[in-house]
Parts: sequence; structure tokens; C-alpha cells
Amino acid sequence: MRLTSPAQLDKVRLDFLAEIAKFTKTVSVCGGTACQANDCRYVADAVKSELNRRNLGGTVRLIVTGCHGLCRQGPIIQINPGEIFYPHVKPEMVSRIFDESVVGDRAVEEFLYRDPESGGRIRRASEIPFFRKQTRTLIGANAWRDPSDIRDYIAHGGYTALKKALFELTPENIIDEITKSGLRGRGGGGFPTGRKWSSAAKAPGSHKWVIGNADEGNPGAFMDGSLLESNPHVVIDAMVIGAKAVGAQSGGGFIYVRNEYPFALASIEHAIKQARDWGFLGHNILGSGFDFDIHINRGGGAFVCGESTALMASLEGKPGEPRAKYVHTVEQGYHMEPSVLNNVETWANVPRIINEGAEKYREGGSDTSAGTKVLSLAGNVVNTGLVEIPMNRTLRELVFVICGGITGGRKIKAVQAGGPSGGCIPESHLDLTVDFDALDSAGAMLGAGGIIVMSEDVCMVDIPRHFVRFLESESCGKCTPCREGLKELDRLLTGIVEGSGSIDDIALIEEICEWMRDASLCALGKSAPNPVLSTLRYFRDEYMSHIVDHKCPAGVCKALDRLRT
Amino acid sequence: MVDVATVMDLKKVDRLVDQTGANPESLIGILQDIQREWHYLPIPALKRVSERLAVPYNRVWAVATFYEAFSLKPQGETHFLVCEGTACHVNGAREILRTFEEALKIEKGQTSQDGKFSLETVHCLGACAVGPTVAVGRTFHGGMNREKVIELVEMYGEKKGGGK
Repeated sequence: MRLTSPAQLDKVRLDFLAEIAKFTKTVSVCGGTACQANDCRYVADAVKSELNRRNLGGTVRLIVTGCHGLCRQGPIIQINPGEIFYPHVKPEMVSRIFDESVVGDRAVEEFLYRDPESGGRIRRASEIPFFRKQTRTLIGANAWRDPSDIRDYIAHGGYTALKKALFELTPENIIDEITKSGLRGRGGGGFPTGRKWSSAAKAPGSHKWVIGNADEGNPGAFMDGSLLESNPHVVIDAMVIGAKAVGAQSGGGFIYVRNEYPFALASIEHAIKQARDWGFLGHNILGSGFDFDIHINRGGGAFVCGESTALMASLEGKPGEPRAKYVHTVEQGYHMEPSVLNNVETWANVPRIINEGAEKYREGGSDTSAGTKVLSLAGNVVNTGLVEIPMNRTLRELVFVICGGITGGRKIKAVQAGGPSGGCIPESHLDLTVDFDALDSAGAMLGAGGIIVMSEDVCMVDIPRHFVRFLESESCGKCTPCREGLKELDRLLTGIVEGSGSIDDIALIEEICEWMRDASLCALGKSAPNPVLSTLRYFRDEYMSHIVDHKCPAGVCKALDRLRT
Repeated sequence: MVDVATVMDLKKVDRLVDQTGANPESLIGILQDIQREWHYLPIPALKRVSERLAVPYNRVWAVATFYEAFSLKPQGETHFLVCEGTACHVNGAREILRTFEEALKIEKGQTSQDGKFSLETVHCLGACAVGPTVAVGRTFHGGMNREKVIELVEMYGEKKGGGK
């Protein structure tokens, strides 16, 4: 059904709410990537067969959703009303869950989440500390929305921001509101979104483009993939608003998705098709006279394509080599035409700002980093998963309060933030605020929000070597400092972890880092020294121990053992 | 293992090209579709794409060799992709890769002689929260350890080409 006027939006909303009101229960099975890796499809199949066996199809609604958040405890089922939360669900548990919680209104006590501190069982998701301590504005409804049904998005206020932007606001109004909100780029740059849009709107050019970046090449980060899996329409909603703001009806839109994300890719492909069918994309959107469409480009698995000029080269069907940015992509980007590239999480914040206003948006976060940030937590921490907090909380709260501390009773060694461009932050600096600026002072960066917590069993020379090797294989090779610098860093670090390093190597490493930082063409090379320099700054004794004593304090670098005996 | 390249159906390549409107800008997408179909990029297919899009063959080659996702070598019937992202790395991905290499008697980047298995690494699959992770086609396996690697190899060995 194609909507041709804004008034029809309300009818869709009411019809859908009436349709789901028929159901007495909703069973939500998490279908996010992490739960997929834990075989949640068998759980969903078991739920389906219980529904059939008991003939409950008309009264119980089954939804397979995007990420519920607490990935470590997957596969997860939640049941409403009552918000009953079942972790680690196996297909053979489903029949009992149906007896008690779907047919009945009780919980199966021994299947509930067990609080590691008190040992007691917790029934509701919102009472579990992991969820209770977060502010889940963007991802809080994930468990109760069917991402494959556009009506579910519309029924909960979706596409009303698009309506407001197309019918009530001028491009200047939209840019003003985004600027006032203080929204900054979630992909890692932290650049003010309003300023980016304003430059693109002012840039001369007959065609303009808006682009959503979901390449997420940063290993350890999975927010963008999760967002596309759980709420793809919010990105489409936002990109139409952005297109109006910068004047991209003359050009068009792209979403650049990492090809290694099969679930995210399928979700956004389906959503775009639906948005076209329903009249939110294409010709004369909602009868407003505004035309705009979005195409999907699948990334080729190149980390450098997260860089704006490389991404745009890739959109043009070329190798993703960056160019020097004397002229920014907002003026000359895709086909040398003005292009706005925002991370998909940045886009996802836009509809809320348009609907609720900049003032309200600024209430969350710090003075310089407004709003909430979605983070992906992984590594040696008890609660791994998808977290959302206002940007005024500390790393310590994040690791110990929300994520429940380190696994196996081990000690924390470092928090790695910002991926291959970021750094390792030691325990003494955990009171830093998780925002765009504070982590920089510690030689790390928030980056896209991928956070890996590392216990004392992780080696602080092996980790920078891991990142250097990653970047070495991902360097496009165009500029010498990056191409050759990474090779040399790899050689020197490998020497240290294998026992042939010397003390002089450290000065050489620092010198190479310095010239890579000054002379590389793009951010990949400029930021590549960060993992090395941050570990040298905080964990120099580990380097010395490898070099002088041929000993790896974490016990990771086995090659050293032979040298000691 | 049949050398697909010598018997491949170029009409299928044409169909994949036409699906995108034979637009030079869609080169990467077309190569991805070819890779999805044959699990690698056969040379005759690259030549055909070059002709059909009127893009010089050297540019097709540049793209095919630039992006990590493309393989110019045929893959096995079952292709194991071991994630070596940072989260998987700190949780023992190295051990997982080593176990696969031992169990399959091939190294990373190789295909077994009988064409049944191939082994490759990937920088991140986005299942960081439950790593170490291994992908076989679109099926992801989280929480990997040595025992689960052996189980997977046995399971896919019996399925013969399953998981694609």
C-alpha cells in the first residue's frame, strides 16, 4: 500500500495497533547476530512449533527481533506482558516456557536470569542491573519491535519526523535544529553534524548526495550492524530528512553496508523495499512533491573504506583509495559532487531530534557530547553486548556496574577503545568520561564505540602487534609512511614478542610512529600509531620485560619461553 | 574439484550484470554476486564483466584484488571463515585457527586436495560478544573452542558441501 498523504500515516498506526491488540501475549526471540551465532534459529523454530501444536497462532504474537542487548546470555526470549526475560534458551526449554508463561502468567523460576552478586533470580529485563543502569533511548525498544514490518515502526511514531520535515519545516529549520542539538558524528570523528549538513547545503552543485555509512570495518564494533538489524527504518526516516535539509532530491542516497553482515544486509534491503512500496522513498514521498531514493552498496571488506573519500571511490565502483582532503567531501565527494556522509547511528538520532526538539536532546550527555552513545562491549567482561549510555558516564561504571566486571575473577588490565585507531587505557584512568573528548587526553579515542575489555591475561605488546598487522593488511598502499611504516612496526614488534628485540627498538618504534602520524595521507595511517604509543605510554614495563627478561607477563608470547631455558 | 572456470556458464554472468542495469558503477556489486554464485571470481567471468561494462580489464582486476572479500582461487565445498577481530583475538581465535589447520591439514588461505574444505580468516563478523566466532556461509557459530572446531569439521564433512 502506497501512502499518498500525511493523514494516512495515522490510520496505518491505529490499524496496526488494533491488529496487535488482538494478541494476548507477545513472544520475542532475539535474532541479532550474536544470538544467531548461538543458534537462536532453532529456538525460534521451537516457538513456532509450540504455537502450531497448541493452536495459539491467533492469540500469541511471535516476533524475531534485532539485538536485545545482553548478548553473552543468548539465545534470549522475552514475553510480554510481564517482560519476562529468559536467557540461554534451548529449544527443549520452550515447551515449559509455554506452559508457564505463555498459557499461564507465571515465570519458570530456574530459567530466569541469575544475578551473579546476590545469586537471586530476576524476572524482568528492566530489573537486571545491566539494563537498569543504562539509558536505552535508541535501542530500548528493540525487543518489542518487528524490524521486518514497517507498520510496527509507523505504529510507534516512525516516519512522523519525516512527515514534519517534508510538510512543516524548511531546510534551514532542519539544519538549525540539528545544529542546536549538538549532535556529533557517531562513526568516530565526532564532527558536528549540523555544520556538515550546512556546508553541504551551501555548496554549489546541481546534484547532491546523502550517504549512510554502515561499513563498520573496525574489529570489535557491532553497533551499526545491530542497528540495521533491529531498527532499519529509523535510518531511512532520517536520510529522507537529511536529503531535504541539504537538497539531495537532485541526487540520491546510498547506504554502504559491510558485506560480512548477512543479517544487517538482509534487514536493510527488506526495509528499503518496504519503504518504497509504502511511499516513504521514491517519487512524490507522502504526496509532498519530494523525490528521493536510497540504494544499497555492499562493502568489499576494506577497513579503509570507512574513510570518507575512500568510501566514495568505492561507491563509484573503484578501489577504495583515499585522496588528500584539501577539498572536503561535503563540497566534492561522490562524483565530485556535494555529499553528506554520516554514520548510520548518527542518522538514527535525527528523527528524535526533529520530533522532540534540540533542547530535549541536549538533556542527555555532557556539554560537548550531547545525547546517548551506543557501545558494543566485548572481551573479558561478564556482560558482553550492546549498551547505550548518556555521554557523561565513566569507563569504570561501564565496565564494573553495567558490564559486571571481569570474567573468571581476573583483574582488569586495560580497556581498548577506538579499535585500530584507538588505544589501551589502563585501570588508573578508568574514571574518564565516555565521550568524544575525554578519552583523547589518555591517548585513546571513543571512536565508533567498540570497547574491548582486557584482563591481566592479555599481553600489551601482542595487542598493538595485532592491530598493526590488521592495518598492514588493510593499508591501501597509496602513501609511503603508512605502507612502509606499518611493515616496519610489525617487524619490530614481532621481534619483541619473539625475543629478538633490543632496547633501541623502542626509540625506533616511537620515531616511526611520529612520522606516520605527521606524514600519512589519511586517518588510517595517521591514527595507526595510537595502539602502539598508548601501550608504550602505560605498559612500557611489559615491553621491557619482553626485551630484557624474555618474559611475557601475561603468558601469551610463548616463543619467549624457549629463550629463558 | 571441478574447475568451474572452464565450464562456467557465461550467460549466468550476463544475468548478474543485467540485474544491476550493466552499470560500471555497480562493478563491486556484480563481482560480489559472482563470488556468491561460484564462491570465487573465475577469470572468464572477470573478462566477461569487463566487456559487458566497457570497463578496462585492468580496472576490473584492480577492484578484484583490492577488496578482501574477493577470492581469485576456488574455495572448498565448505569454506570456514575464522574471525580474528580484536574480541575474538583476546578470547583465543589464534587457537581456533590452529585447531582448524590441524584438523583440516591445510593452512589459512588453502583448499584441501579433495576440494571439500577451505580455510580463511576474516577481520570481524560483528558477533564480538560471543566470540571466538566462525562463519560457514551465512551460518555463524559463536563460543568456539577446540572441541567445537572438531565437531564442526565432522559435521560439515558428513553434510558434504553443507552450509553454503
